[in-house]
Amino acid sequence: MFSIGLGHYLTLAAIIFTIGIVGIFLNRKNIIVILMSIELILLAVNINLVSFSIFINDLSGQVFTLFILTVAAAEAAIGLAIIVVYYRNSGTIRVEEIDRLKG
Amino acid sequence: MIAHAIVFYIFSLIAIVSAIMVTVSKNTVNSVFFLILDFISISCLFIMIGAEFLGMIMLIVYVGAVAVLFLFVVMMLNVAQQKNEWFNSSGRSSHIPVGLLVSIIIFFELIIVIGGWKYKPDLLDSIAIEINTDLTNTQSLGSVIYTDYIHLFQLSGMVLLVAMIGAIVLTFRQRSGVKRQSYFKQISRDRKDGIELVDVENNKGVKIDV
Repeated sequence: MFSIGLGHYLTLAAIIFTIGIVGIFLNRKNIIVILMSIELILLAVNINLVSFSIFINDLSGQVFTLFILTVAAAEAAIGLAIIVVYYRNSGTIRVEEIDRLKG
Repeated sequence: MIAHAIVFYIFSLIAIVSAIMVTVSKNTVNSVFFLILDFISISCLFIMIGAEFLGMIMLIVYVGAVAVLFLFVVMMLNVAQQKNEWFNSSGRSSHIPVGLLVSIIIFFELIIVIGGWKYKPDLLDSIAIEINTDLTNTQSLGSVIYTDYIHLFQLSGMVLLVAMIGAIVLTFRQRSGVKRQSYFKQISRDRKDGIELVDVENNKGVKIDV
């Protein structure tokens, strides 16, 4: 209980990952919140990589976390740009009304 | 040790609660605020377990850039008042129980994996880069990134460049009816187009056709 090991960090990452997944599944209204949930999922992956890297004493996990951070930033920028363009063209970004593909 | 545990539990509790608040809060601006709180507490955890450089980079990149970008878009699109009510949505919400079920299953699968996980016996042979305790975290990361991982480093720079160009191209809009400077027209002007020499006759003046 009082000695924090790898399992504690992995559990924290699992909880945050699941919250991100729930946010994507259950969101009915707001697509920006879905993008935030994707950021949460990437954050959980980063926690996993960093805690493994520290507890196994291997630096390469932190290097990969750095690259994931880069990709996450690029993804957020592109996703928000797409949302801005969609809002400009159709006047709404409500998830219920984005049904062009009729999926 | 106990202080370490207490600090870990405080930060992880804040992180989990704010992650929940990101998904359930009614107002999008509040979601962004809780996202910032989440990032800050996770970066405190990173600093606590010894990955100081990544913790600081998380603060700079996520809080300073990504969250501010989210706030900007929320402000520009005027969706802050748009309610985020996912339980009492209008009609046909049959996928909510299925979504909850799938998420719970995912969570328990992750917990099972964590609980039954063990180091493999020859783990120490497969370590790629051992952490040198003489150097600081930033020094050891820098000595690796710029040597062994230089190609990946430059590729991530290319990813950022492509993202930047893509965002600019996507959101660029050419408005009609706005006078703006055209460098190509300016440079390709010739002397013949701009200047004309006219002999002015006496008592008649010059007629200029515009």
